[in-house]
Amino acid sequence: MYVVVAGGGKVGANVARSLLRLGAEVTLIEQRRDRFERLEDEFEHQVQRGDATEIFVLERAGLARPPDIVLALTGDDEDNLVICQLAKEHYGVPKVIARVNDPRNQAHFDLLGISPTICATSSIMALVEHEVPEHELIHLLELRKENLEIVEVQIDRDSPSAGKRVEGLELPEGARLISVMREGRAEIAVGSTTLEAGDQVLAILEPGKEDELRRVLLRH
Amino acid sequence: MNVLIIGCGRVGSSVALQMQQEGWDVTVVDENEDALSRLGDHWPGSFIVGHGMDVDLLREAGIEEADAAVVATDGDNTNIVIGQVAQKRFGIDCVVVRVLDPARADFYAARGMRTFCPTKTAIDGLTEAVRACEIPVRASA
Repeated sequence: MYVVVAGGGKVGANVARSLLRLGAEVTLIEQRRDRFERLEDEFEHQVQRGDATEIFVLERAGLARPPDIVLALTGDDEDNLVICQLAKEHYGVPKVIARVNDPRNQAHFDLLGISPTICATSSIMALVEHEVPEHELIHLLELRKENLEIVEVQIDRDSPSAGKRVEGLELPEGARLISVMREGRAEIAVGSTTLEAGDQVLAILEPGKEDELRRVLLRH
Repeated sequence: MNVLIIGCGRVGSSVALQMQQEGWDVTVVDENEDALSRLGDHWPGSFIVGHGMDVDLLREAGIEEADAAVVATDGDNTNIVIGQVAQKRFGIDCVVVRVLDPARADFYAARGMRTFCPTKTAIDGLTEAVRACEIPVRASA
């Protein structure tokens, strides 16, 4: 496996190190001279100095081969976007992964079809929400391409849905229940499934329908 | 006609002033509020402080009603991304993007972006200027 890693900061250097340990062939690209010199002691010929958004730097790193995967891990979202576009569309690199530094830029990556992406802030927030659910509704998975999300809801004794059959619930348009977990066992939710207090329910819905779903399942 | 100009340096500010004189309604966006001084003492258009990557700010700057956009910040990649957002997300047909690196300017031009590359213009202009000197060929010794 040949991997080109753009950006030799903490993230990029550690990823490059891990990939080398796995036996991958790696080229790391770092622009800053001070960082490059430190990396050169460790990575030797496997690190190159340059701006990974410049075509001649990418050529030198062997983008024309092309690599199996390019990782755009710099601290600059615009650079990461351009690196991924050049890799995919100019060199036909089959897979790219981009780091999103500012979660507000996620929409730009989605717009330009750069995926998958990884954003530390968003991952931390998802964990916080999972550990300390703020809205009784835990976001488990975002299916960005499909514009759908999967959430988990806990039914309690006061929930209006407790004791009701799924087919009798007035679920909002664009929302469906997937499964019900009861006493450690999960079952697919069908029309005749009756919800009970203590059930953990998985639902799939369009973003923005959370409030309606919450109203039907949890509020009086 | 509305034009949005992102980046108010030497280039962006001059384009803004020129288009304003030609009768366009001009809105200028720059990260640095001091850049307003480049537009003179009596700038009649709008000026908004913020980063062009910020979609809410672009909306505030009226991108949804813009007929044209000029993207001329000092970062090539920033311009390339903002240009694509203006074109693809907000559907503006006339988006002109300054890209200093000729290689990237060509790459994105081939993908339908109106890139303008001052570096290429300088290369062509300088070469042509030397040619125009018509230096007589030296007689060989």
